[in-house]
Amino acid sequence: MASDAFEELVDTFDFLDDWEERYRHVIDMGRAMDVLDPALQVPANKVDGCASQVWLQTRIDGDVFTFQGASDAMIVSGLIAVLQALYNGLTPAEVTAVNAPTELARLGLDEHLSSQRSNGLRAMVARIREKAAAA
Amino acid sequence: MYDINKVRADFPILSRDVNGKPLVYLDNGASAQKPQVVIDAITRAYSAEYANVHRGLHYLSNLATEKYEAVRGTVARFLGAADENEIVFSSGTTEAINLVAYGWAMPRLEAGDEIILSVMEHHANIVPWHFLRERQGVVLKWVDVDAKGDLDPQAVLDAITPRTKLIAVTHMSNVLGTVVDVAAIVAGAHAVGVPVLVDGSQGSVHQPVNVDAIGADFYAITGHKLYGPSGSGAIHIRKERLAEMRPFIGGGDMIREVSKDAVSYADPPMKFEAGTPGIVQQIGMGVALEYLMDLGMQNVAAHEKALTTYARGKLDGLNWVNVQGNSATKGGIFSFTLNGPAHAHDISTVLDKKGVAVRAGHHCAGPLMDHLGVSATCRASFGLYNTEAEVDTLIDALELCHELFA
Repeated sequence: MASDAFEELVDTFDFLDDWEERYRHVIDMGRAMDVLDPALQVPANKVDGCASQVWLQTRIDGDVFTFQGASDAMIVSGLIAVLQALYNGLTPAEVTAVNAPTELARLGLDEHLSSQRSNGLRAMVARIREKAAAA
Repeated sequence: MYDINKVRADFPILSRDVNGKPLVYLDNGASAQKPQVVIDAITRAYSAEYANVHRGLHYLSNLATEKYEAVRGTVARFLGAADENEIVFSSGTTEAINLVAYGWAMPRLEAGDEIILSVMEHHANIVPWHFLRERQGVVLKWVDVDAKGDLDPQAVLDAITPRTKLIAVTHMSNVLGTVVDVAAIVAGAHAVGVPVLVDGSQGSVHQPVNVDAIGADFYAITGHKLYGPSGSGAIHIRKERLAEMRPFIGGGDMIREVSKDAVSYADPPMKFEAGTPGIVQQIGMGVALEYLMDLGMQNVAAHEKALTTYARGKLDGLNWVNVQGNSATKGGIFSFTLNGPAHAHDISTVLDKKGVAVRAGHHCAGPLMDHLGVSATCRASFGLYNTEAEVDTLIDALELCHELFA
């Protein structure tokens, strides 16, 4: 159900031995990410429920869903990039059909989805699904 | 002598793993772990000695009341208080300071009256005073700490004006680890008739405390940081202040008589303890304080001082770590950031993977974070069971953060 980019990411993660290598990769993805323009890091795009600051802006061109994001924390930036791999390029209907916990479990990152975690991944997924559902 | 291995063996949780690594618990500033004697006391209380207190005349109620009320004496001994009737139980420091705000300050302070606070107070010693500012125009006056994170007692006293009605100050900063010379503040304040409240949440955990020597009007402690159960605590309030206070929370247990058109109250401290209290929590806190007194708070302080010196040396050796606060009085509380883009939450996430538990965030100290010009820090806070080997594990994990996030 997930995008090709995400399937590639799953393949990459399969080669990474331990959490340290996976985190390193996630952090590098965050570094390489095209971040949301600081001018768009405004309250309307802010995702609440994150211990660090997170902004997301979604876009729907025709039937293609994409989003950009930014965070002041590096691991969270990487998680945004992971979500981009998961969602960007899908149709809004496909976005809402993605089972994020199941997909992220394939990367061993599902622990970040627990409601008690304050990194905001759960809140980001909720925002993305809400925007896609409204399309 | 202080046998650290024996002490560690008293805390069952310290032998567990976290994320496949031995737990290194450095979040004692937030809450401390519990020794087996406390856990056993909780189990025993519920298994064999439980009923409501102060109520029934039956065997278990009497037994529970005896156990519960004995804790008042234990707290008095722990704090060096002469009179156990000056000990009011609370669910922790937050409730205790709210009791003072509602019970003592609200009926007495008028618009334009002033409360002096240090900039390094915890929100528990800020927000109740904001209530008075919002609701009745009380003025909050803030005293800064210096570059090392010290609070000059004279600077606090210099802030006193004829409108000053209270000084509310921490005994030890939960962010900087600075220990404040509260006795000097109290002496100077009392000389001009200003009462002083001391937030002992951290201060009482890391050194012997004698409220007679300090002389404060109000000294609050919280049980869960003192290796006791969550929801336990107490405040020492001098008789003269107790006499000035109106009740805060109304209900059972705090009254003498209630009729349809009148109510009279029990004498302090009961007057300020409405409803069924945290019976087992307070019994557990009593056992925790006995445990601390058996170890000897001076021995705990000596152990932690050695550990703090060791940790300071190690952290000073890392020129990419910025530790907040460099007071000569600094205890085992290290708030830090790393050079570079790593957020405090990045660091704590990696430390967690290494089994090291620290706090990341603003530490409920907004004004201090503003003063320091940081939005979030990591905080490693040591307790009586931490070791130099655990400091080494922290340092190793920080080296990994430095490499990952550089």
